[in-house]
Amino acid sequence: MTESTKQAAPVADAAPATGRRDVRALLQERWQWLAAAALVAAVCFAPFQLVPFRVFQLTMVLVYAVALLGLNLLVGHAGQISLGHGAFFAVGAYTSAILLHDHGLPHLVTLPFAAALAFVLGLGLGVPALRLRGLYLALVTLAIAIFLVPLIKRFESVTGGAMGLTLEKPVPPAWTGLAEDQWLYFLALAVTALAFASVYGLLRSRVGRALHAIRDNEAAAEVMGVKLSFYKTLAFAWSAMLAGVAGCVYTWTIAFVAPDSFTVTLSITLLAGLVVGGLGSMAGPVLGGLFVVYVPSLSQDINKGAPGVVFGLLIIVVMLVAPTGLAGLAGRAARSTRKVLQKERRNA
Amino acid sequence: MRRSVMGATAVAVLLASAACGGRGEEGGTTAQGECKGQQTTGITDKSVKLGGIYPLSGPASAYGQIPVGVKAYFDSVNAEENGIGGRKVTFVFRDDGYQPARAVEEARRLVEQEQVFALFQTLGTPSTTAVWDYAGQRKVPQVFVATGASKWGTDKSHPWTIGWQPNYISEARIYAQFLKGEKPQAKVAVLYQNDDFGKDLLGGFKKAIEGSQIKVVAEQSYEVADPSVDPQMRNLAGSGADVFLNVTTPKFGSQALAADAKNTRWNPLHIINNVAASLTVLRPVGFPNVQNTVSAAYYKDPVDPQWANDAEMKRYKAAMAKYAPNADVNNQYNAFGWAAAASFHKTMQAMKCPTREGLRDAMRNLKDVRVDMLLPGISLNTGADDGFPIESMQLMRFKGERWELFGQVIDTRKEFGPVTH
Repeated sequence: MTESTKQAAPVADAAPATGRRDVRALLQERWQWLAAAALVAAVCFAPFQLVPFRVFQLTMVLVYAVALLGLNLLVGHAGQISLGHGAFFAVGAYTSAILLHDHGLPHLVTLPFAAALAFVLGLGLGVPALRLRGLYLALVTLAIAIFLVPLIKRFESVTGGAMGLTLEKPVPPAWTGLAEDQWLYFLALAVTALAFASVYGLLRSRVGRALHAIRDNEAAAEVMGVKLSFYKTLAFAWSAMLAGVAGCVYTWTIAFVAPDSFTVTLSITLLAGLVVGGLGSMAGPVLGGLFVVYVPSLSQDINKGAPGVVFGLLIIVVMLVAPTGLAGLAGRAARSTRKVLQKERRNA
Repeated sequence: MRRSVMGATAVAVLLASAACGGRGEEGGTTAQGECKGQQTTGITDKSVKLGGIYPLSGPASAYGQIPVGVKAYFDSVNAEENGIGGRKVTFVFRDDGYQPARAVEEARRLVEQEQVFALFQTLGTPSTTAVWDYAGQRKVPQVFVATGASKWGTDKSHPWTIGWQPNYISEARIYAQFLKGEKPQAKVAVLYQNDDFGKDLLGGFKKAIEGSQIKVVAEQSYEVADPSVDPQMRNLAGSGADVFLNVTTPKFGSQALAADAKNTRWNPLHIINNVAASLTVLRPVGFPNVQNTVSAAYYKDPVDPQWANDAEMKRYKAAMAKYAPNADVNNQYNAFGWAAAASFHKTMQAMKCPTREGLRDAMRNLKDVRVDMLLPGISLNTGADDGFPIESMQLMRFKGERWELFGQVIDTRKEFGPVTH
């Protein structure tokens, strides 16, 4: 009896210690998974906790995140540049709008059409991109963004001209019991998750490696057997497709399209959002989306007189503090916390 | 293994959130007594909160001066008259950068977070169109939107939204009426902006001259992104028209006036629309070059010396000096905002119930409401079949260094009947 208690005591002592070690080990090894799980939980619960206005803002963040994901594929991973992504966004938005307005298709059915049309146009733009580089490519893509607005106005019978098209919002199916804004949010979330999963898979494949090789050194990539023309054109097409998908979800969310929504400013805002968010990282587009949605309203809280100036200054500040974008900043912060933790552990 | 854990978590979370279901309609406050059940969000016996959406940044930021005039008006009413009927006005305005998507976001912010009583003005046809369905669904009045599109008055399915300024079709009727008397055989050349504004005005003009001897012999459009309208002006000059109708926004208005002045072989009667008729547009062209140009107005221009001793103009200038010392008191947009705010004041006073429904009914039942910042003889009128508060304008001719009003105030509703689409 005494023996057994003697034996039991050390065991009882040891149990909490191993438990603590387990938690710590779990935290260290799997913190990324835990963080991801926490994030999933947060994004799923958010629409039930927030007022519709906040849910709407988050939906817009998702819309821009998908567009930026496409732009990131092109700029961050393939090293090309585009000042005309607003145009592909507009193509997606208008494709969905026209199908909804003139043909009465269900909302979800318009998505593949928007994606396909943007993909084909992106493929078309990919051809000049083969011959042009840097500034010249930037100018050609900028021209597309400029030229699209008058084009939309010209085809008034289809696009509604300058008056735009007013549409119906997707109605949540009765079984979900969701409000309209929550349903929209989950639609956008599903599209976003799908887009991120496909891009993640794409980048881990040989395609991703080929794109990175092109970005880092075209000549070397070609020597290694990467077919430049093929991958560059495809990068443009995929990137345009994602922008088109984002445009389509935008149409669902706003239920109104007009040429003035898709001016050159949109293209430039997208590029700025991506650079601020972080080029070439998976988190960059999300952070960029947050930036594009929240910072304009933040900047007018700071100064009503000149919100545009404040917005510009904030971009400069972010670029000074975080030259690799907000994603890079987050990465650096994570690394330094880990270092601090390791030091603490050694001291302990 | 990790993946399955992740998947399980995600599924659990989704199930949990689906179980929570949607949220019920969160109700604002409602009234008791006579107006029982009507919405009183944003209004108490001592206060009323209004929200506006304007382009403070972006391509249309010149219009960002309008809320400055609105705010100066409400600030002065709060200080001098203890608000509107004892209710101090809080006016919150937000920037949408002339982007419809941001206008929707800001409208939701104002209604859901700021809990405003009403949206007082959204600016521009695209932004207002993007917001009006939402305003209707939430049953929030969207009062005196700052755009002249005719749909705010002709549409029957949005009772919560109403315009204010004369719509572009009414304005076109003024010019048609003028030409019928002045030049019944006129051959008209038109330059117009290729958007809803230009097309509404041109369409309205063509309809108004139907059955007369007046003919549109040439029309040219331009895009807002165009650098210049010189090519269009050359084409129009070749048409041999004796009247030139200039349907433009300020920048292009200046260009068209300059092109007309430069061309000495073509000297048509120049009619410029109200949007581009401010002195800031005419001055760069040179006053000697724009003599006898014709336009139309409905509110008092701060730079016009004939209002120098006008009581309301004095009040406006004093209030601007006090509450918006950095703003340009001579800017027409400030005066525009002031006049719209004063119109809102009168509408609030006419409310039977201090509720959103009360405001909606009041704004749709204005009878000869006189606003002092509007030209003498112009008043607000709406009714069950009339969704246009202002439909009268007066013609003016440029003489010396200023506009001179001439003729009588023309009530286009009386002359032409109601605007229909």
